[in-house]
Amino acid sequence: MNTLKVCDVSVVYPGSEGGEAVTALSDVNLEIKQGDLVVALGASGCGKTTLLNLIAGFITPTKGYLTLGNSKVTGYPRVLCGKDIGDEIVGPDADRGVVFQKHALLPWLNVIENTEFGLKLQGIDKQTRRDRAAEYLKLVGLEDFHQHKVYQLSGGMQQRVGIARALTNDPKMLLLDEPLGALDALTRESLQELLLDVWRETNKMMFFITHSVDEALLLATRLVVMSPRPGRITHQFDLNFNDQFLACRDARQVKSSPEFIAIREKVLAIIHGDEQAVA
Amino acid sequence: MSSNSISPSAVVEKPKVGEEVDGKLDSTQNKSEEGSLSTQPLTPLEKLQSKIKKMMAPNAVASGEYFGTPGAGDSRLIGVFSTLFFIALWAFVTEAGLIKPMFLPSPFEVVARLVDITVDGFAGATLIEHLNASLIRIFGAFFLACIIGIPLGLTIGCNRVFRGIFDPLIEFYRPLPPLAYLPLVIIWLGIDESSKITLIFLAMLSPIVLSARSGVTSVRIEQIQVAYSMGATPWQVITQVIARGAMPDIMTGMRIAIGFGWTTLVAAEMVAAERGIGFMVLNASEFLVTDVVIAGIIVIGVIAYCFDLFMRYLEAKLIPWKGYN
Repeated sequence: MNTLKVCDVSVVYPGSEGGEAVTALSDVNLEIKQGDLVVALGASGCGKTTLLNLIAGFITPTKGYLTLGNSKVTGYPRVLCGKDIGDEIVGPDADRGVVFQKHALLPWLNVIENTEFGLKLQGIDKQTRRDRAAEYLKLVGLEDFHQHKVYQLSGGMQQRVGIARALTNDPKMLLLDEPLGALDALTRESLQELLLDVWRETNKMMFFITHSVDEALLLATRLVVMSPRPGRITHQFDLNFNDQFLACRDARQVKSSPEFIAIREKVLAIIHGDEQAVA
Repeated sequence: MSSNSISPSAVVEKPKVGEEVDGKLDSTQNKSEEGSLSTQPLTPLEKLQSKIKKMMAPNAVASGEYFGTPGAGDSRLIGVFSTLFFIALWAFVTEAGLIKPMFLPSPFEVVARLVDITVDGFAGATLIEHLNASLIRIFGAFFLACIIGIPLGLTIGCNRVFRGIFDPLIEFYRPLPPLAYLPLVIIWLGIDESSKITLIFLAMLSPIVLSARSGVTSVRIEQIQVAYSMGATPWQVITQVIARGAMPDIMTGMRIAIGFGWTTLVAAEMVAAERGIGFMVLNASEFLVTDVVIAGIIVIGVIAYCFDLFMRYLEAKLIPWKGYN
């Protein structure tokens, strides 16, 4: 259960009638181990989200395979037609929590009901799940909004409910698709810190997609830089700025260090190169 | 033309007399004297155009409203006045003798007749008894259509096999007018209540099934995926995400269905009915008792309208999030 491997995976989306097939990912190899915080960075259209969907089990690779521990990850539900088909094939399940780019909250439930939804699905009793949900809502700064309707919240608050919901469910692996993109700078920094704290405390695997180079460098233990058309991984960097950050709790200090600036320049050069190649 | 449409009312109100002599400026010349108003008098057609444009333009934004919302503002008071106006118009043309009572009796006669049929009855039953018979048919059929149609529509939306089996059937019978299959229903079920309820039920079933089915597709895929990623079983996804997310469409379908029900009621009561508001109207029309016809129509209209208001109230209560998804 504690290693996720992506082996020679390609994903081709069939073109709509008359259109050409689109290769979203081409021969991607990646390994995420227990305690890794892998951040994927790249221009739009480089297949970051496709990679996340693969890991979550929302899509099945056209070529190659993914494994999680000894199980194969595919877009099949674990429970098929009422009978458990065992550990060989793993579709989406509670082990891999997802936070989408745009929150996917359920508007007919209020904030706390949304947050505890996963625990409710698993049949955990009301008091326990309320307490756990309240704990994480407090961590994301929404302790005063339990009874609010989610569609009355601002976009940033909705996104924070989405993050609290994923954390409440306590998955072994957390998949985050640009979760902080819609947030203001201050909230963004505090949630980066929150995610790092949770990660350090629980030693979860995390796969994090972002557009922000600074965010990527600050959070990652491994940075994966992807290139578009066809989507592929071109560079990987092992980083430890998150250790520095957790030690000093000062993002600006970390970001102004010469090593940080040097690697940021390097990554920016790669991404700009990609964008020019595409343009 | 372009400067005309910018402030047409000003043009109409203050024509500059001196410049009217060299009147026929073409549009390019108009543009050249930007800032000064065009002096060309508007043709009636252009006046009408500018009036319509003004009518459809966004109103000034009141607090709590957004600029550009089409048709913003409260129209209820206007509705009350327009209703009163049409009743007054009706009273005027009938009381003044412009229309013969056989074609259109006056509102006072209709009200008197309404009281009369409530107390003494018409065609062998009082209004309440007629109404009772019809309401049982309509709401009985509505209840059946909901408890069968909603799960069926959800299943069709969620399952390929069910879609394959039921889709052609429903799409085939949906456009058929109930009158076309009324004889068949009577041959199969006889002339008693069951054939009437079945006919109304069939008319109501298809909008409910179709709305539940389209409700399934309106649930966002991310909401479904997130539920799976939190450990939901397929059954939980259907009951706790899809069925809930489909509610706004289902409610709309139910409102459409009840409308179909009233339409079909008269057809259902054409054959071998002894009670029923539709039967009452048909019977009255055969004997040219126009005031009963109109009284019946008004009763049907008022009840249908009240029920629609009730459904809108339910929508506001049950799915306040409609439109935010």
